[in-house]
Amino acid sequence: MNREHREKIYRVILFASALIALLVIIMIGGFIFGEGMPIFTKYGLDKVLLGSKWQPSNHIYGLWPMIIGSIYTTMGALILGVPLGVLTAIFLAEVAPKRLVDLVIRPAIELLAGIPSVVYGLFGMVIIVPAIRALASTIPAYAEDPLLSSGYGIIAGSIILSIMILPTIISISEDAIRSVPAEYKEGSLALGATHWQTISKVMLPAASSGIIAAVVLGMGRAIGETMAIIMVAGNAPIVPDSIFSSVRSLTGNIAIEMAYSSGEHTKALFATGIVLFILIMIVNSFALWISKRGLKNA
Amino acid sequence: MHESQVKIYTEDLNLFYGDNHAIKNIDIQVQENKVTALIGPSGCGKSTFLKTLNRMNDLIPYVKITGEVYLDNLNSYNDYDIVELRKRIGMVFQKPNPFPMSIYDNIAYGPRTHGIKDKAVLDEIVEKSLQSAALWVEVKDRLKQNAFGLSGGQQQRLCIARVLAVEPEVVLMDEPTSALDPLATLKIEDLVQVLKNNYTIIIVTHNMQQAGRISDHTAFFLNGEIVEYGATEEIFTVPRDKRTEDYITGRFG
Amino acid sequence: MLKPRSIEKFAKFILWCAALFTVTFLVLVLGFILSNGLPKVSWEFLTAEPEAMGAAGGIFSTIVSTVIFTVTTLVIAVPIGILAAIYLTEYISKGPIAGAIRFGTDALAGIPSIVFGLFGFAFFVVILKPVTGGWSLASGALTAAFMILPTIITTTEEAIKAVPDSYREGSYALGATKWQTVSRIVLPSALPGVMTGVILGIGRIVGETAALLLTLGGSLYVPLSLTDPASTMSMHLYKVAMEVGAMDMAFGTATVLIITVLLINISANFIMRGLKRRTTT
Repeated sequence: MNREHREKIYRVILFASALIALLVIIMIGGFIFGEGMPIFTKYGLDKVLLGSKWQPSNHIYGLWPMIIGSIYTTMGALILGVPLGVLTAIFLAEVAPKRLVDLVIRPAIELLAGIPSVVYGLFGMVIIVPAIRALASTIPAYAEDPLLSSGYGIIAGSIILSIMILPTIISISEDAIRSVPAEYKEGSLALGATHWQTISKVMLPAASSGIIAAVVLGMGRAIGETMAIIMVAGNAPIVPDSIFSSVRSLTGNIAIEMAYSSGEHTKALFATGIVLFILIMIVNSFALWISKRGLKNA
Repeated sequence: MHESQVKIYTEDLNLFYGDNHAIKNIDIQVQENKVTALIGPSGCGKSTFLKTLNRMNDLIPYVKITGEVYLDNLNSYNDYDIVELRKRIGMVFQKPNPFPMSIYDNIAYGPRTHGIKDKAVLDEIVEKSLQSAALWVEVKDRLKQNAFGLSGGQQQRLCIARVLAVEPEVVLMDEPTSALDPLATLKIEDLVQVLKNNYTIIIVTHNMQQAGRISDHTAFFLNGEIVEYGATEEIFTVPRDKRTEDYITGRFG
Repeated sequence: MLKPRSIEKFAKFILWCAALFTVTFLVLVLGFILSNGLPKVSWEFLTAEPEAMGAAGGIFSTIVSTVIFTVTTLVIAVPIGILAAIYLTEYISKGPIAGAIRFGTDALAGIPSIVFGLFGFAFFVVILKPVTGGWSLASGALTAAFMILPTIITTTEEAIKAVPDSYREGSYALGATKWQTVSRIVLPSALPGVMTGVILGIGRIVGETAALLLTLGGSLYVPLSLTDPASTMSMHLYKVAMEVGAMDMAFGTATVLIITVLLINISANFIMRGLKRRTTT
């Protein structure tokens, strides 16, 4: 009896521990919505989401510049990072000599994934931003405007984010390519197709859902990244009209202003969190849905 | 079959895996201090039956059991606490399954689990169990080494020693030599012969010669039923049922 | 029209370039940071207190804070994560409850750290202020613990699933209870895998910054208790680079950070290799 009692207690402790993950996600949602919703109800959903002015001191809380900022830098990161990542994944899965992968490339990618984002930010500030500044100074129309000629902005943000999402895209795409059944490959090669024809016409289509999932997860990382982006993007809360323009992300909006905000301003930052939370949930559910669908088709 | 006492018996025992009726109406009496062999083709239910005796099937969801199993005239499923039952009925598996720890800790695992902490007592149990399993001489100088360093046959004897350390009364063996080479098999068979003086042994085997060599009684399973059960000599020389004869001769053929 | 053979060659060339480019990026980032930072790193730099908001002096207090912060986070997250993983693998692996908990874990894994920061601020810093002391090591560690919880749960789950069923059977057959089997056989066998998860978690904690900006307080003094505010190396790096503009200090701190992460990666690989050797024998 005593023993059964103990077993029951262990079970309860284990259950409670497991429940914490679920509880925390509910609490996160609860707190962010609880703190941020008043802004939407007070100023109107459309005014906050689509308003293009962010002036907390005047009680104007338009999030559109930050929404656009996150979208632009994320798109830029995908344009640069996806081709590079997917090609590298193909290289790792199909072309690279095993020893080179094991000894050099895989450790390098693991390290790439492990470097703190502030370090990427620092690299961006010191190398990428000055390079873009130099480029911007050659464009006469931009030279006078500090928001366009500083080097901080969409391009720098996109480049840094693209490096940061590379490990995600590479490792998940590589898994997807490797899990294509060997018969597909053999079948194609046996018909006289070259290796590249086999990769591009048979293996990539077969691995496509995994690769899309990789891209979507990379997208999630890019949207959620905070430190690296605020160190290189300039952070002006404006709707950009050039890729050289300074820009502020949703994440950056929270990180930069939280320290000195108070009252309604703080609530507006939580409202920014709501938009970010929903955006991430949509993106990640999409990734999950795609990879599950891929499993079913396989 | 009346020369010794009945240790375990079943009454109208049935087992279902979901819709699959895996064991049908088993009535069997297992004699104390004898070796009882369960033979039959793959999937005939003999291993499943074996696991009903120490309630290992309780671990599998969707298993439903009807009928009764008795150990020493007490109902295994109602009168015994499951831990007590498994202490009294030990089990050796098809593939040697030592735990990833030292030889000593493998043997001491059972006693420790049941609350023995005294080092001297444990030392004694470990030595006695290893000796009973005819492994002491081979491992006494490396008790602290990992059990995976032993050969397959040694690992299986280690698993037998591990069972003996809990001081069971019955030892179930589920094809204990199927993963071993002939020499290691022979050692286990010799061991079984010695062990039956102190334990009741029920052994599932695919190997007809083995059943003939080491068992006192044999039960022939087919499609979840016991076709024939009796003294091993009789089963192998004058089987009463045509199916038993077919199976035995087919295998010997 | 190009021949398939030429296309093949060209394609392979492109693939090599892509991989080379990826590795070059890494070498470039590492090389640049280290070459600028290594000259700055000295015994003095590691052991002196920061001065002038970090513009001068060393980074001693941030190293101490990073260690305390990391250990505290692990002390909270690791037990919960391991127990949760045991529950999800050994007790219920299917059904609506398991599904709901898995959903929670997956969702948690995808939440950006700044959102964790908002939560940590609202809950630990504001509401639990009497307990955590407001902006403090405790608030930061609690927040970070939930960030690494999914990592620890999933890696532990994988490790537990890899433990052969024959171990469990052997233990049950000896009369061990479920908890005895889990705690004495399953968990010790899964330990190397669990360790890998913990080390991955450490990597993430050491690099974390965004959530800490909102919860840790940013003090440059050596914290004397868990309710004191503090500043980790990552946070310090951000502040000296962005707010103080002391780039040499930033490079020095970044170098120490990179070396720390390198050591963490190496030890993770080491453990994984040990794990492989053990499971193949």
